Amino acid sequence: MKKTANGSSLWSRISQQKLLLLMLVPGLLLTFIFKYMPMYGVLIAFKDYNPLQGILASPWVGFEEFRQFLSSPNFGMLLGNTLKLSVYGLLLGFFPPIILAIMLNQLMSDKVKKRLQLILYAPNFISVIVIVGMIFLFFSAEGPVNSILSFFGIKASFMTDPNYFRPLYIMSGIWQGMGWASTLYTATLVNVDTSLVEAAQLDGANIFQRIRHIDLPALKPIMVIQFILAAGNIMNVGYEKAFLMQTSLNLTASEIISTYVYKVGLVSGDYSYSTAVGLFNSIINMILLISVNKIVERMNDGQGL
Amino acid sequence: MNTKMYTDFDRRVLIVNRILIGFLVLITVVPMGYILIASFMDPQVLATRGISLNPSDWTVQGYQRVFSDDSILRGFINSLFYSTAYAILTVAISVMTAYPLSKKDLVGRKWVNYFLIITMFFGGGLVPTYLLIKQLGMLNTVWAIIVPGAVNVWNIILARTYFQGIPEELVEAAVIDGANDFQIFLKIMLPLAKPIMFVLFLYAFVGQWNSYFDAMIYIKDPDLAPLQLVLRNILIQNEVSSNMIGAQAAMNEMKKLAEMIKYATIIISSLPLIVMYPFFQKYFDKGIMAGSLKG
Repeated sequence: MKKTANGSSLWSRISQQKLLLLMLVPGLLLTFIFKYMPMYGVLIAFKDYNPLQGILASPWVGFEEFRQFLSSPNFGMLLGNTLKLSVYGLLLGFFPPIILAIMLNQLMSDKVKKRLQLILYAPNFISVIVIVGMIFLFFSAEGPVNSILSFFGIKASFMTDPNYFRPLYIMSGIWQGMGWASTLYTATLVNVDTSLVEAAQLDGANIFQRIRHIDLPALKPIMVIQFILAAGNIMNVGYEKAFLMQTSLNLTASEIISTYVYKVGLVSGDYSYSTAVGLFNSIINMILLISVNKIVERMNDGQGL
Repeated sequence: MNTKMYTDFDRRVLIVNRILIGFLVLITVVPMGYILIASFMDPQVLATRGISLNPSDWTVQGYQRVFSDDSILRGFINSLFYSTAYAILTVAISVMTAYPLSKKDLVGRKWVNYFLIITMFFGGGLVPTYLLIKQLGMLNTVWAIIVPGAVNVWNIILARTYFQGIPEELVEAAVIDGANDFQIFLKIMLPLAKPIMFVLFLYAFVGQWNSYFDAMIYIKDPDLAPLQLVLRNILIQNEVSSNMIGAQAAMNEMKKLAEMIKYATIIISSLPLIVMYPFFQKYFDKGIMAGSLKG
Protein backbone atom coordinates (compact mmCIF):
# COMPACT_ATOMS: atom_id res chain seq x y z
CA MET A 1 0.00 0.00 0.00
CA LYS A 2 2.72 2.42 1.05
CA LYS A 3 5.02 1.53 -1.85
CA THR A 4 2.44 2.26 -4.50
CA ALA A 5 1.55 5.44 -2.70
CA ASN A 6 5.21 6.45 -2.83
CA GLY A 7 5.50 5.62 -6.51
CA SER A 8 2.52 7.69 -7.49
CA SER A 9 3.28 10.38 -4.96
CA LEU A 10 6.65 11.12 -6.61
CA TRP A 11 4.85 12.19 -9.76
CA SER A 12 2.16 14.00 -7.86
CA ARG A 13 4.84 15.76 -5.83
CA ILE A 14 6.67 16.77 -9.01
CA SER A 15 3.53 18.15 -10.56
CA GLN A 16 2.68 19.84 -7.29
CA GLN A 17 6.13 21.44 -7.12
CA LYS A 18 6.52 22.11 -10.83
CA LEU A 19 6.79 25.88 -10.36
CA LEU A 20 9.46 25.50 -7.69
CA LEU A 21 11.38 23.08 -9.90
CA LEU A 22 11.12 25.45 -12.86
CA MET A 23 12.66 28.20 -10.77
CA LEU A 24 15.77 26.04 -10.38
CA VAL A 25 16.28 25.74 -14.13
CA PRO A 26 18.25 28.95 -14.92
CA GLY A 27 20.72 28.46 -12.06
CA LEU A 28 21.28 24.79 -12.78
CA LEU A 29 21.62 25.38 -16.51
CA LEU A 30 24.27 28.08 -16.00
CA THR A 31 26.09 25.85 -13.49
CA PHE A 32 26.07 23.01 -15.99
CA ILE A 33 27.40 25.15 -18.82
CA PHE A 34 30.02 27.22 -17.00
CA LYS A 35 31.12 24.83 -14.25
CA TYR A 36 30.59 21.27 -15.53
CA MET A 37 31.45 21.70 -19.21
CA PRO A 38 34.95 23.00 -18.33
CA MET A 39 35.39 19.87 -16.19
CA TYR A 40 34.84 17.84 -19.35
CA GLY A 41 37.38 20.15 -21.01
CA VAL A 42 39.98 18.91 -18.52
CA LEU A 43 40.30 15.90 -20.85
CA ILE A 44 42.72 17.96 -22.94
CA ALA A 45 45.28 17.49 -20.18
CA PHE A 46 45.55 13.89 -21.39
CA LYS A 47 45.53 14.78 -25.07
CA ASP A 48 47.61 16.65 -27.57
CA TYR A 49 44.89 19.23 -28.02
CA ASN A 50 44.52 20.75 -31.43
CA PRO A 51 41.82 23.45 -31.63
CA LEU A 52 40.99 22.50 -35.22
CA GLN A 53 40.25 18.88 -34.31
CA GLY A 54 38.37 19.67 -31.12
CA ILE A 55 38.61 17.91 -27.77
CA LEU A 56 37.33 14.48 -28.82
CA ALA A 57 39.32 14.01 -32.03
CA SER A 58 42.66 15.18 -30.63
CA PRO A 59 45.06 12.26 -30.05
CA TRP A 60 45.48 10.80 -26.55
CA VAL A 61 48.88 11.18 -24.92
CA GLY A 62 48.02 9.83 -21.47
CA PHE A 63 50.13 11.26 -18.69
CA GLU A 64 52.79 12.67 -21.02
CA GLU A 65 52.03 16.32 -20.14
CA PHE A 66 52.18 15.56 -16.41
CA ARG A 67 55.47 13.71 -16.82
CA GLN A 68 56.85 16.66 -18.74
CA PHE A 69 55.85 19.08 -15.97
CA LEU A 70 57.15 16.93 -13.11
CA SER A 71 60.51 16.50 -14.80
CA SER A 72 60.85 20.10 -15.96
CA PRO A 73 63.49 22.27 -14.26
CA ASN A 74 60.75 24.74 -13.27
CA PHE A 75 58.79 22.21 -11.26
CA GLY A 76 60.76 22.44 -8.00
CA MET A 77 60.82 26.23 -8.07
CA LEU A 78 57.11 26.57 -8.86
CA LEU A 79 55.98 24.12 -6.20
CA GLY A 80 58.36 25.63 -3.64
CA ASN A 81 57.24 29.19 -4.36
CA THR A 82 53.57 28.24 -4.22
CA LEU A 83 53.91 26.35 -0.95
CA LYS A 84 56.14 28.94 0.73
CA LEU A 85 53.88 31.83 -0.20
CA SER A 86 50.74 30.13 1.05
CA VAL A 87 52.10 28.31 4.10
CA TYR A 88 53.90 31.41 5.40
CA GLY A 89 50.81 33.44 4.55
CA LEU A 90 48.60 31.06 6.50
CA LEU A 91 50.92 30.85 9.52
CA LEU A 92 51.50 34.59 9.74
CA GLY A 93 48.00 35.66 8.73
CA PHE A 94 45.87 33.28 10.76
CA PHE A 95 46.31 34.70 14.25
CA PRO A 96 46.30 38.50 13.81
CA PRO A 97 42.52 38.68 13.19
CA ILE A 98 41.88 36.56 16.29
CA ILE A 99 44.17 38.71 18.45
CA LEU A 100 42.56 41.85 17.06
CA ALA A 101 39.07 40.54 17.88
CA ILE A 102 40.12 39.74 21.46
CA MET A 103 41.70 43.19 21.80
CA LEU A 104 38.60 44.94 20.49
CA ASN A 105 36.43 42.83 22.77
CA GLN A 106 38.16 44.35 25.81
CA LEU A 107 36.91 47.82 24.88
CA MET A 108 34.01 49.01 27.01
CA SER A 109 31.92 51.00 24.59
CA ASP A 110 30.11 49.12 21.81
CA LYS A 111 29.85 52.34 19.85
CA VAL A 112 33.60 52.93 19.87
CA LYS A 113 34.16 49.30 18.95
CA LYS A 114 31.88 49.58 15.90
CA ARG A 115 33.50 52.82 14.75
CA LEU A 116 36.96 51.29 15.00
CA GLN A 117 35.85 48.20 13.12
CA LEU A 118 34.48 50.40 10.37
CA ILE A 119 37.94 51.90 9.94
CA LEU A 120 39.85 48.66 10.41
CA TYR A 121 37.97 46.69 7.77
CA ALA A 122 37.98 49.46 5.16
CA PRO A 123 41.12 48.15 3.37
CA ASN A 124 39.21 44.96 2.58
CA PHE A 125 37.30 46.85 -0.10
CA ILE A 126 40.36 48.12 -1.93
CA SER A 127 40.86 46.33 -5.24
CA VAL A 128 43.88 44.14 -5.80
CA ILE A 129 45.05 46.44 -8.60
CA VAL A 130 45.00 49.43 -6.26
CA ILE A 131 46.71 47.50 -3.44
CA VAL A 132 49.53 46.48 -5.73
CA GLY A 133 49.61 50.00 -7.17
CA MET A 134 49.98 51.31 -3.61
CA ILE A 135 52.82 48.86 -2.95
CA PHE A 136 54.60 50.05 -6.08
CA LEU A 137 54.10 53.71 -5.13
CA PHE A 138 55.10 53.36 -1.48
CA PHE A 139 58.00 50.96 -1.92
CA SER A 140 59.50 52.32 -5.14
CA ALA A 141 63.11 53.49 -5.13
CA GLU A 142 62.07 57.12 -4.44
CA GLY A 143 58.85 56.28 -2.58
CA PRO A 144 57.94 57.34 0.96
CA VAL A 145 59.15 54.12 2.60
CA ASN A 146 62.62 54.46 1.13
CA SER A 147 62.79 58.14 2.02
CA ILE A 148 61.99 57.24 5.65
CA LEU A 149 64.57 54.45 5.56
CA SER A 150 67.17 56.82 4.12
CA PHE A 151 67.23 58.60 7.51
CA PHE A 152 68.78 55.44 8.82
CA GLY A 153 71.06 55.16 5.84
CA ILE A 154 69.21 52.16 4.42
CA LYS A 155 68.05 51.81 0.85
CA ALA A 156 66.18 48.73 -0.28
CA SER A 157 65.05 47.80 -3.78
CA PHE A 158 61.77 46.26 -2.66
CA MET A 159 60.23 45.70 -6.05
CA THR A 160 63.17 44.11 -7.81
CA ASP A 161 64.82 42.06 -5.08
CA PRO A 162 63.14 38.61 -4.96
CA ASN A 163 63.80 38.43 -1.20
CA TYR A 164 61.22 41.15 -0.57
CA PHE A 165 58.45 39.61 -2.65
CA ARG A 166 57.02 37.24 -0.03
CA PRO A 167 57.24 39.66 2.93
CA LEU A 168 55.55 42.41 0.90
CA TYR A 169 52.89 40.03 -0.39
CA ILE A 170 52.08 38.58 3.02
CA MET A 171 52.29 41.81 5.04
CA SER A 172 50.10 43.73 2.59
CA GLY A 173 47.65 40.81 2.74
CA ILE A 174 47.50 41.03 6.52
CA TRP A 175 47.13 44.82 6.36
CA GLN A 176 44.23 44.45 3.96
CA GLY A 177 42.43 41.45 5.39
CA MET A 178 42.96 41.52 9.15
CA GLY A 179 40.07 43.85 10.05
CA TRP A 180 37.51 42.07 7.91
CA ALA A 181 38.59 38.62 9.05
CA SER A 182 38.34 39.71 12.68
CA THR A 183 34.64 40.61 12.36
CA LEU A 184 33.76 36.93 12.30
CA TYR A 185 35.53 36.42 15.63
CA THR A 186 34.16 39.62 17.19
CA ALA A 187 30.64 38.49 16.35
CA THR A 188 31.34 35.26 18.25
CA LEU A 189 32.84 37.03 21.27
CA VAL A 190 29.81 39.32 21.60
CA ASN A 191 27.76 36.23 22.41
CA VAL A 192 29.97 35.14 25.30
CA ASP A 193 27.95 35.11 28.51
CA THR A 194 29.07 38.13 30.59
CA SER A 195 28.16 36.35 33.83
CA LEU A 196 30.98 33.91 33.06
CA VAL A 197 33.42 36.81 32.92
CA GLU A 198 32.09 38.28 36.14
CA ALA A 199 32.30 34.94 37.92
CA ALA A 200 35.92 34.61 36.78
CA GLN A 201 36.65 38.10 38.05
CA LEU A 202 35.19 37.18 41.46
CA ASP A 203 37.43 34.11 41.49
CA GLY A 204 40.40 36.43 40.99
CA ALA A 205 41.25 35.49 37.42
CA ASN A 206 43.28 38.22 35.73
CA ILE A 207 42.59 39.48 32.25
CA PHE A 208 44.90 37.00 30.49
CA GLN A 209 43.44 34.08 32.41
CA ARG A 210 39.93 35.19 31.44
CA ILE A 211 40.93 35.39 27.77
CA ARG A 212 42.61 32.00 27.98
CA HIS A 213 39.73 30.20 29.71
CA ILE A 214 36.65 32.03 28.43
CA ASP A 215 37.32 33.81 25.11
CA LEU A 216 39.57 31.26 23.45
CA PRO A 217 37.28 28.26 24.08
CA ALA A 218 34.39 30.31 22.67
CA LEU A 219 36.41 31.06 19.54
CA LYS A 220 37.73 27.54 19.04
CA PRO A 221 34.97 26.08 16.82
CA ILE A 222 35.11 28.96 14.37
CA MET A 223 38.92 28.93 14.43
CA VAL A 224 38.88 25.26 13.44
CA ILE A 225 36.55 25.91 10.51
CA GLN A 226 38.58 28.89 9.34
CA PHE A 227 41.80 26.90 9.59
CA ILE A 228 40.47 23.98 7.56
CA LEU A 229 39.12 26.32 4.89
CA ALA A 230 42.43 28.20 4.72
CA ALA A 231 44.51 25.02 4.68
CA GLY A 232 42.28 23.61 1.97
CA ASN A 233 43.16 26.58 -0.16
CA ILE A 234 46.91 26.26 0.25
CA MET A 235 47.45 25.66 -3.46
CA ASN A 236 45.00 28.37 -4.53
CA VAL A 237 47.18 31.33 -3.61
CA GLY A 238 45.81 34.60 -4.89
CA TYR A 239 47.31 34.52 -8.34
CA GLU A 240 45.63 37.80 -9.18
CA LYS A 241 47.88 39.62 -6.73
CA ALA A 242 51.04 37.58 -7.30
CA PHE A 243 50.72 38.13 -11.03
CA LEU A 244 50.47 41.91 -10.58
CA MET A 245 53.41 42.04 -8.17
CA GLN A 246 55.69 40.22 -10.59
CA THR A 247 58.54 42.16 -12.08
CA SER A 248 61.05 40.60 -14.44
CA LEU A 249 63.60 40.67 -11.62
CA ASN A 250 61.63 39.00 -8.80
CA LEU A 251 60.29 36.03 -10.78
CA THR A 252 62.50 33.52 -8.95
CA ALA A 253 60.28 34.09 -5.90
CA SER A 254 57.03 35.35 -7.45
CA GLU A 255 56.36 32.77 -10.16
CA ILE A 256 53.81 30.35 -8.68
CA ILE A 257 51.92 27.49 -10.27
CA SER A 258 48.76 29.48 -11.02
CA THR A 259 50.56 32.39 -12.68
CA TYR A 260 52.57 29.85 -14.66
CA VAL A 261 49.35 28.16 -15.81
CA TYR A 262 48.10 31.50 -17.10
CA LYS A 263 51.30 32.32 -18.95
CA VAL A 264 51.83 28.91 -20.52
CA GLY A 265 48.16 28.44 -21.37
CA LEU A 266 46.76 31.76 -22.44
CA VAL A 267 49.86 33.76 -23.30
CA SER A 268 51.86 31.03 -25.04
CA GLY A 269 48.85 28.97 -26.12
CA ASP A 270 50.11 25.60 -24.86
CA TYR A 271 46.61 24.51 -23.84
CA SER A 272 47.16 20.86 -22.97
CA TYR A 273 50.29 21.39 -20.91
CA SER A 274 48.74 24.30 -19.00
CA THR A 275 45.59 22.30 -18.24
CA ALA A 276 47.71 19.41 -16.95
CA VAL A 277 49.61 21.75 -14.63
CA GLY A 278 46.32 23.26 -13.42
CA LEU A 279 44.84 19.82 -12.82
CA PHE A 280 47.95 18.76 -10.89
CA ASN A 281 47.43 21.84 -8.70
CA SER A 282 43.74 21.07 -8.03
CA ILE A 283 44.47 17.45 -7.17
CA ILE A 284 47.18 18.39 -4.64
CA ASN A 285 44.74 20.89 -3.20
CA MET A 286 41.96 18.29 -2.85
CA ILE A 287 44.34 15.89 -1.12
CA LEU A 288 45.43 18.67 1.27
CA LEU A 289 41.84 19.65 2.07
CA ILE A 290 40.83 16.07 2.81
CA SER A 291 43.92 15.30 4.90
CA VAL A 292 43.75 18.52 6.93
CA ASN A 293 40.10 17.80 7.60
CA LYS A 294 41.02 14.27 8.76
CA ILE A 295 43.82 15.51 11.02
CA VAL A 296 41.61 18.17 12.60
CA GLU A 297 38.84 15.62 13.08
CA ARG A 298 41.24 13.44 15.03
CA MET A 299 42.57 16.30 17.16
CA ASN A 300 39.17 17.85 17.72
CA ASP A 301 37.16 14.84 19.01
CA GLY A 302 35.78 13.86 15.62
CA GLN A 303 34.65 17.37 14.73
CA GLY A 304 35.78 18.36 11.24
CA LEU A 305 34.04 20.28 8.53
CA MET B 1 30.91 43.87 32.23
CA ASN B 2 31.56 45.35 35.62
CA THR B 3 34.47 47.77 35.45
CA LYS B 4 34.66 48.12 39.23
CA MET B 5 35.89 44.56 39.45
CA TYR B 6 39.03 45.25 37.42
CA THR B 7 42.28 44.96 39.32
CA ASP B 8 45.12 47.39 38.84
CA PHE B 9 46.88 44.82 36.71
CA ASP B 10 43.82 44.53 34.46
CA ARG B 11 43.61 48.29 34.13
CA ARG B 12 47.22 48.56 33.05
CA VAL B 13 46.72 45.83 30.46
CA LEU B 14 43.66 47.65 29.16
CA ILE B 15 45.61 50.87 28.73
CA VAL B 16 48.30 49.06 26.75
CA ASN B 17 45.52 47.42 24.76
CA ARG B 18 44.06 50.81 23.81
CA ILE B 19 47.44 52.10 22.74
CA LEU B 20 48.00 49.05 20.55
CA ILE B 21 44.57 49.41 18.95
CA GLY B 22 45.28 53.08 18.32
CA PHE B 23 48.52 52.07 16.63
CA LEU B 24 46.69 49.56 14.41
CA VAL B 25 44.11 52.19 13.43
CA LEU B 26 46.97 54.52 12.53
CA ILE B 27 48.64 51.89 10.35
CA THR B 28 45.33 51.34 8.59
CA VAL B 29 44.50 55.00 8.05
CA VAL B 30 47.90 56.46 7.16
CA PRO B 31 48.45 54.75 3.77
CA MET B 32 44.91 55.57 2.64
CA GLY B 33 45.09 59.11 3.96
CA TYR B 34 48.47 59.63 2.35
CA ILE B 35 47.04 58.76 -1.07
CA LEU B 36 44.10 61.12 -0.59
CA ILE B 37 46.35 64.01 0.44
CA ALA B 38 49.03 63.21 -2.15
CA SER B 39 46.41 63.32 -4.91
CA PHE B 40 45.84 67.00 -4.09
CA MET B 41 49.48 67.94 -3.57
CA ASP B 42 51.75 69.74 -5.96
CA PRO B 43 54.04 66.87 -7.05
CA GLN B 44 57.12 69.10 -6.84
CA VAL B 45 56.37 69.93 -3.21
CA LEU B 46 55.52 66.33 -2.37
CA ALA B 47 58.84 65.15 -3.76
CA THR B 48 60.98 67.74 -2.00
CA ARG B 49 59.22 68.63 1.24
CA GLY B 50 56.66 65.86 1.66
CA ILE B 51 53.10 66.56 2.73
CA SER B 52 52.36 70.24 3.29
CA LEU B 53 49.36 71.85 4.94
CA ASN B 54 49.84 75.15 3.14
CA PRO B 55 46.84 75.57 0.74
CA SER B 56 49.05 77.18 -1.91
CA ASP B 57 50.82 73.82 -2.32
CA TRP B 58 47.55 72.10 -3.14
CA THR B 59 46.22 71.53 -6.61
CA VAL B 60 43.47 69.67 -8.46
CA GLN B 61 45.72 69.31 -11.48
CA GLY B 62 45.99 65.56 -10.96
CA TYR B 63 42.25 65.17 -11.36
CA GLN B 64 42.09 67.53 -14.34
CA ARG B 65 44.80 65.56 -16.08
CA VAL B 66 43.12 62.24 -15.38
CA PHE B 67 39.96 63.45 -17.07
CA SER B 68 41.79 65.00 -20.00
CA ASP B 69 42.10 61.46 -21.31
CA ASP B 70 38.77 59.71 -21.70
CA SER B 71 40.05 56.18 -20.90
CA ILE B 72 39.36 56.56 -17.16
CA LEU B 73 35.89 57.96 -17.68
CA ARG B 74 35.07 55.24 -20.20
CA GLY B 75 36.40 52.56 -17.86
CA PHE B 76 34.38 54.05 -15.03
CA ILE B 77 31.15 53.92 -17.06
CA ASN B 78 31.92 50.40 -18.31
CA SER B 79 32.58 49.21 -14.75
CA LEU B 80 29.38 50.79 -13.47
CA PHE B 81 27.48 48.89 -16.15
CA TYR B 82 29.29 45.56 -15.61
CA SER B 83 28.99 45.72 -11.84
CA THR B 84 25.31 46.67 -11.83
CA ALA B 85 24.33 44.11 -14.46
CA TYR B 86 26.37 41.36 -12.81
CA ALA B 87 25.00 42.16 -9.35
CA ILE B 88 21.38 42.15 -10.54
CA LEU B 89 21.85 38.89 -12.41
CA THR B 90 23.61 37.10 -9.58
CA VAL B 91 21.08 38.24 -6.98
CA ALA B 92 18.17 37.16 -9.21
CA ILE B 93 19.71 33.72 -9.84
CA SER B 94 20.63 33.32 -6.16
CA VAL B 95 17.14 33.96 -4.77
CA MET B 96 15.43 31.99 -7.55
CA THR B 97 17.61 28.97 -6.85
CA ALA B 98 17.65 29.40 -3.09
CA TYR B 99 13.89 29.62 -2.55
CA PRO B 100 12.99 26.14 -3.83
CA LEU B 101 16.01 24.72 -1.99
CA SER B 102 14.75 26.22 1.27
CA LYS B 103 11.78 23.82 1.08
CA LYS B 104 12.68 20.65 2.98
CA ASP B 105 10.26 18.50 0.92
CA LEU B 106 11.51 19.58 -2.52
CA VAL B 107 11.88 16.65 -4.92
CA GLY B 108 15.59 15.90 -5.50
CA ARG B 109 16.73 18.60 -3.06
CA LYS B 110 19.72 16.54 -1.95
CA TRP B 111 20.92 15.97 -5.52
CA VAL B 112 20.58 19.60 -6.48
CA ASN B 113 22.63 20.53 -3.41
CA TYR B 114 25.39 18.08 -4.38
CA PHE B 115 25.30 19.32 -7.96
CA LEU B 116 25.94 22.88 -6.77
CA ILE B 117 28.37 22.23 -3.92
CA ILE B 118 30.74 20.08 -6.00
CA THR B 119 31.53 23.18 -8.05
CA MET B 120 32.86 24.88 -4.92
CA PHE B 121 35.61 22.29 -4.62
CA PHE B 122 36.38 21.28 -8.14
CA GLY B 123 36.48 23.14 -11.42
CA GLY B 124 37.81 22.80 -14.90
CA GLY B 125 40.49 25.42 -14.43
CA LEU B 126 41.65 28.35 -16.44
CA VAL B 127 42.26 26.98 -19.91
CA PRO B 128 39.17 24.73 -20.30
CA THR B 129 36.97 27.61 -19.12
CA TYR B 130 38.65 29.98 -21.55
CA LEU B 131 38.20 27.53 -24.43
CA LEU B 132 34.50 27.16 -23.57
CA ILE B 133 33.93 30.93 -23.50
CA LYS B 134 35.73 31.15 -26.83
CA GLN B 135 33.63 28.36 -28.34
CA LEU B 136 30.44 30.03 -27.19
CA GLY B 137 31.51 33.15 -29.09
CA MET B 138 31.57 35.20 -25.90
CA LEU B 139 35.16 36.45 -26.21
CA ASN B 140 35.36 40.22 -26.31
CA THR B 141 31.70 40.66 -25.31
CA VAL B 142 30.13 41.91 -22.09
CA TRP B 143 28.58 38.45 -21.63
CA ALA B 144 31.97 36.92 -20.80
CA ILE B 145 32.16 39.20 -17.77
CA ILE B 146 28.58 39.07 -16.58
CA VAL B 147 27.30 35.54 -17.17
CA PRO B 148 29.90 32.84 -16.27
CA GLY B 149 30.21 33.88 -12.63
CA ALA B 150 26.51 34.61 -12.13
CA VAL B 151 25.85 31.40 -10.22
CA ASN B 152 27.58 31.80 -6.88
CA VAL B 153 26.96 28.81 -4.65
CA TRP B 154 27.97 30.71 -1.52
CA ASN B 155 25.31 33.35 -2.26
CA ILE B 156 22.73 30.63 -2.80
CA ILE B 157 23.54 29.11 0.59
CA LEU B 158 23.24 32.50 2.29
CA ALA B 159 19.89 33.24 0.62
CA ARG B 160 18.60 29.74 1.38
CA THR B 161 19.46 30.11 5.07
CA TYR B 162 17.64 33.43 5.07
CA PHE B 163 14.49 31.97 3.47
CA GLN B 164 14.50 29.14 5.99
CA GLY B 165 14.37 31.73 8.76
CA ILE B 166 11.12 33.21 7.44
CA PRO B 167 8.15 31.89 9.47
CA GLU B 168 6.11 29.16 7.79
CA GLU B 169 2.77 30.77 8.79
CA LEU B 170 3.24 33.63 6.33
CA VAL B 171 3.26 31.12 3.47
CA GLU B 172 0.35 29.07 4.80
CA ALA B 173 -1.89 32.13 4.84
CA ALA B 174 -1.08 32.77 1.18
CA VAL B 175 -1.71 29.13 0.22
CA ILE B 176 -5.20 29.37 1.68
CA ASP B 177 -5.74 32.47 -0.44
CA GLY B 178 -5.01 30.30 -3.48
CA ALA B 179 -1.61 31.75 -4.42
CA ASN B 180 0.76 29.42 -6.29
CA ASP B 181 4.45 28.94 -5.41
CA PHE B 182 5.66 31.54 -7.85
CA GLN B 183 3.20 34.15 -6.61
CA ILE B 184 4.19 33.42 -3.01
CA PHE B 185 7.83 33.85 -4.00
CA LEU B 186 7.25 37.15 -5.78
CA LYS B 187 4.69 38.76 -3.49
CA ILE B 188 5.62 37.47 -0.05
CA MET B 189 9.14 36.09 0.02
CA LEU B 190 10.99 38.66 -2.08
CA PRO B 191 9.78 41.70 -0.09
CA LEU B 192 10.80 39.90 3.11
CA ALA B 193 14.19 38.98 1.64
CA LYS B 194 15.11 42.57 0.75
CA PRO B 195 17.92 42.83 3.35
CA ILE B 196 19.75 39.70 2.20
CA MET B 197 19.23 40.69 -1.44
CA PHE B 198 20.74 44.06 -0.70
CA VAL B 199 23.75 42.53 1.04
CA LEU B 200 24.30 40.10 -1.84
CA PHE B 201 23.97 42.98 -4.29
CA LEU B 202 26.62 45.01 -2.46
CA TYR B 203 29.01 42.05 -2.31
CA ALA B 204 28.53 41.25 -5.99
CA PHE B 205 28.85 44.87 -7.05
CA VAL B 206 32.07 45.43 -5.10
CA GLY B 207 33.50 42.10 -6.21
CA GLN B 208 32.89 42.89 -9.86
CA TRP B 209 34.04 46.49 -9.50
CA ASN B 210 37.37 45.34 -8.05
CA SER B 211 38.11 42.39 -10.32
CA TYR B 212 40.35 42.51 -13.35
CA PHE B 213 41.43 38.99 -14.22
CA ASP B 214 38.41 37.85 -16.26
CA ALA B 215 38.38 41.11 -18.16
CA MET B 216 42.09 40.79 -18.85
CA ILE B 217 41.56 37.33 -20.30
CA TYR B 218 38.30 37.80 -22.17
CA ILE B 219 38.22 41.46 -23.26
CA LYS B 220 40.66 42.67 -25.89
CA ASP B 221 38.76 45.74 -27.11
CA PRO B 222 39.95 48.78 -25.10
CA ASP B 223 36.52 50.40 -25.50
CA LEU B 224 35.03 47.57 -23.42
CA ALA B 225 37.73 47.59 -20.74
CA PRO B 226 36.52 47.97 -17.15
CA LEU B 227 38.11 50.57 -14.92
CA GLN B 228 40.45 48.10 -13.20
CA LEU B 229 42.14 47.27 -16.51
CA VAL B 230 42.65 50.96 -17.21
CA LEU B 231 44.04 51.30 -13.67
CA ARG B 232 46.38 48.40 -14.29
CA ASN B 233 47.87 50.18 -17.30
CA ILE B 234 48.41 53.32 -15.27
CA LEU B 235 49.38 51.95 -11.86
CA ILE B 236 51.19 48.72 -12.59
CA GLN B 237 52.44 48.98 -16.14
CA ASN B 238 53.25 52.68 -15.86
CA GLU B 239 51.49 53.53 -19.11
CA VAL B 240 50.26 56.98 -18.21
CA SER B 241 48.76 58.31 -21.42
CA SER B 242 50.55 61.19 -23.11
CA ASN B 243 47.23 63.07 -23.15
CA MET B 244 47.43 63.28 -19.39
CA ILE B 245 51.07 64.31 -19.11
CA GLY B 246 51.30 66.72 -22.02
CA ALA B 247 54.05 66.54 -24.61
CA GLN B 248 56.24 69.39 -23.40
CA ALA B 249 57.00 68.08 -19.92
CA ALA B 250 60.60 67.19 -19.19
CA MET B 251 61.55 63.63 -18.18
CA ASN B 252 61.95 64.39 -14.51
CA GLU B 253 58.75 66.43 -14.32
CA MET B 254 56.90 63.72 -16.23
CA LYS B 255 57.70 61.17 -13.57
CA LYS B 256 56.32 63.34 -10.80
CA LEU B 257 53.21 64.21 -12.80
CA ALA B 258 52.68 60.50 -13.44
CA GLU B 259 52.83 59.90 -9.71
CA MET B 260 50.19 62.55 -8.99
CA ILE B 261 47.99 61.09 -11.71
CA LYS B 262 48.33 57.68 -10.06
CA TYR B 263 47.21 59.01 -6.68
CA ALA B 264 44.21 60.75 -8.29
CA THR B 265 43.14 57.65 -10.23
CA ILE B 266 43.20 55.57 -7.06
CA ILE B 267 40.82 58.04 -5.38
CA ILE B 268 38.51 58.21 -8.40
CA SER B 269 38.33 54.44 -8.68
CA SER B 270 37.34 54.17 -5.01
CA LEU B 271 34.43 56.62 -5.23
CA PRO B 272 31.59 54.10 -5.66
CA LEU B 273 32.92 52.07 -2.76
CA ILE B 274 33.11 55.15 -0.54
CA VAL B 275 29.50 55.95 -1.47
CA MET B 276 28.43 52.40 -0.60
CA TYR B 277 30.36 52.20 2.63
CA PRO B 278 27.66 53.62 4.95
CA PHE B 279 25.27 50.93 3.68
CA PHE B 280 27.75 48.25 4.58
CA GLN B 281 27.95 49.71 8.04
CA LYS B 282 24.16 49.82 8.36
CA TYR B 283 23.74 46.14 7.55
CA PHE B 284 26.82 45.27 9.47
CA ASP B 285 25.30 46.82 12.58
CA LYS B 286 22.15 44.80 12.09
CA GLY B 287 24.29 41.70 12.28
CA ILE B 288 23.12 40.42 8.92
CA MET B 289 26.62 40.20 7.56
CA ALA B 290 28.05 38.46 10.57
CA GLY B 291 25.02 36.18 10.76
CA SER B 292 25.21 35.33 7.10
CA LEU B 293 28.95 34.81 7.33
CA LYS B 294 28.43 32.21 9.99
CA GLY B 295 26.06 30.51 7.52
